[in-house]
Amino acid sequence: MKQLLQQIINGISLGSIYALIALGYTMVYGIIKLINFAHGDVYMIGAYVGYFCMTKLKLGFLPSLFVAMIICTVLGVAIEKIAYKPLRNTTRIAALITAIGVSLLLEYGTMFFVTANVRTYPPMTGILTRTFQIGDVIISMQQILILIITVILMILLQFIVKKTKIGKAMRAVSLDRDAAELMGINVDTTISFTFAIGSALAGAAGILVGMYYNSINPLMGILPGLKAFVAAVLGGIGIIPGAMIGGYLIGIIEVFVSGYGYSLYRDAVVFAILILILIIKPAGLLGRNTGEKV
Amino acid sequence: MLEIKDLHVYFGVIHAIKGVSLTVNDGEIVTLIGANGAGKTTTLRTLSGLKKPSSGDIILDGINITYTSVQQRVKMGISHVPEGRRVFSTMTVLENLELGAYLRKDKAAIAKDLNMVFDLFPILSDRRKQMAGTLSGGEQQMLAIGRALMSRPKILLLDEPSMGLAPLLVQEIFNIIRDVNKAGTTVLLVEQNANMALQIAHRAYILEIGSIVLSGSSEELMKSEDIKKAYLGG
Ligand SMILES: Nc1ncnc2c1ncn2[C@@H]1O[C@H](COP(=O)(O)OP(=O)(O)OP(=O)(O)O)[C@@H](O)[C@H]1O
Ligand SMILES: [Mg+2]
Repeated sequence: MKQLLQQIINGISLGSIYALIALGYTMVYGIIKLINFAHGDVYMIGAYVGYFCMTKLKLGFLPSLFVAMIICTVLGVAIEKIAYKPLRNTTRIAALITAIGVSLLLEYGTMFFVTANVRTYPPMTGILTRTFQIGDVIISMQQILILIITVILMILLQFIVKKTKIGKAMRAVSLDRDAAELMGINVDTTISFTFAIGSALAGAAGILVGMYYNSINPLMGILPGLKAFVAAVLGGIGIIPGAMIGGYLIGIIEVFVSGYGYSLYRDAVVFAILILILIIKPAGLLGRNTGEKV
Repeated sequence: MLEIKDLHVYFGVIHAIKGVSLTVNDGEIVTLIGANGAGKTTTLRTLSGLKKPSSGDIILDGINITYTSVQQRVKMGISHVPEGRRVFSTMTVLENLELGAYLRKDKAAIAKDLNMVFDLFPILSDRRKQMAGTLSGGEQQMLAIGRALMSRPKILLLDEPSMGLAPLLVQEIFNIIRDVNKAGTTVLLVEQNANMALQIAHRAYILEIGSIVLSGSSEELMKSEDIKKAYLGG
């Protein structure tokens, strides 16, 4: 029982990270039907920005988080404008290959500037070092912080998407681009905004991971990026709550597989789940297989 | 109010619109009638800016709008109800209507227009919290028209509003189009259902494979033997 609870708590921390990354995948897919393979690398950049803010600029955690989110927002919008927008009316495979190209560019471009060496996040200080013991279960302040930040960001996202004008425009463009345009919605601005939000969330995930696992490197975005993509597909790609649920499920499953001694197989299990889902419910947990009513 | 001059539109090598010219005067209902593939939808999409023409001019109230954006045209008073209704299926009826007023900032006037739409289509008022995708075909058509009216258009472009609807419903929709027109909105109505369209329109143009082959007042065209044979089933 103790073991189980502890695993769930650890799984929620990891799941938060996957969920934050998965949201960007799913929103971008929803609006331009592109699997943005560079998204995991935006998360990596977020981790590095956080690292430099904390070590070189001596900023605290929250200001660093803020800067990482801003820089990733700018990066995400730039990637969309420079690499994807010119290809918007070409084939999907062309855009997909470009996305892989952007991903490699970010990975090896980062390596060029900061070398391939692993960097270690500065040790947390003050309240962030505390841990709490509830019964036999140990919760660290960092885990609580991850959860709180993730929940706040998700509530904010839900608010933007459901209530604000730009959020409604995002949903409208996702559903029917031409009809949205006929409402007077600026499709380009709306797509940029979607990249901005997704990238900001990835940036937040990057710095949270740096704080939680300490070490970062230029290729750190590859595997979490893939798993977050699995999470998005698991929940139903294009569906925002689906990405959240998918992220937490993948995080918890992965921690369980490792926790019970099969650490070597945890990545295999995640991808096996993807294959299984695609066979049983191709549209994902929250996805509908039926088409729209005409 | 709206004038098209010698419009040519291509899809790659397909020459879909071959020199169409037509005029819609202030306060009129003009109908553009044609068979499948004649180019009706393409003409409307070019008018609202979704499709770029290769040559020709589109003039709205004396201003050449051939190369302005869709957004700009919505602002200038063109509102397009697309073929197949195209409501936002997983958004509520109310959200769909609000999106129709996307470019407007006059909150009070928007609220007034919302009530106007609900008066026009009381069923939409009952369904305001319902997802648009769960509405019946007729209700979706009403929503699409209501949504288009929310931008306060000078001219309403309607693409086959009768498509897939039972005759009684078609009658109802057409009555509403006539009411909207009487209240001051100019209408360009694309139809295959020539019978119904000619009954409410002041003037008509007949489009065949990308060219206007005939035009005139609705009464004239209803009497024409060629039209009777080709479009009125007798
Ligand atoms: N996206 C497209 N790509 C290529 N050809 C197209 C495209 N859209 C329309 N066309 C062609 O242009 C011509 C006119 O099509 P359009 O849809 O305007 O006809 P329509 O009069 O609206 O027909 P319907 O009554 O069936 O709606 C047709 O020959 C059609 O095949
Ligand atoms: Mg058509």
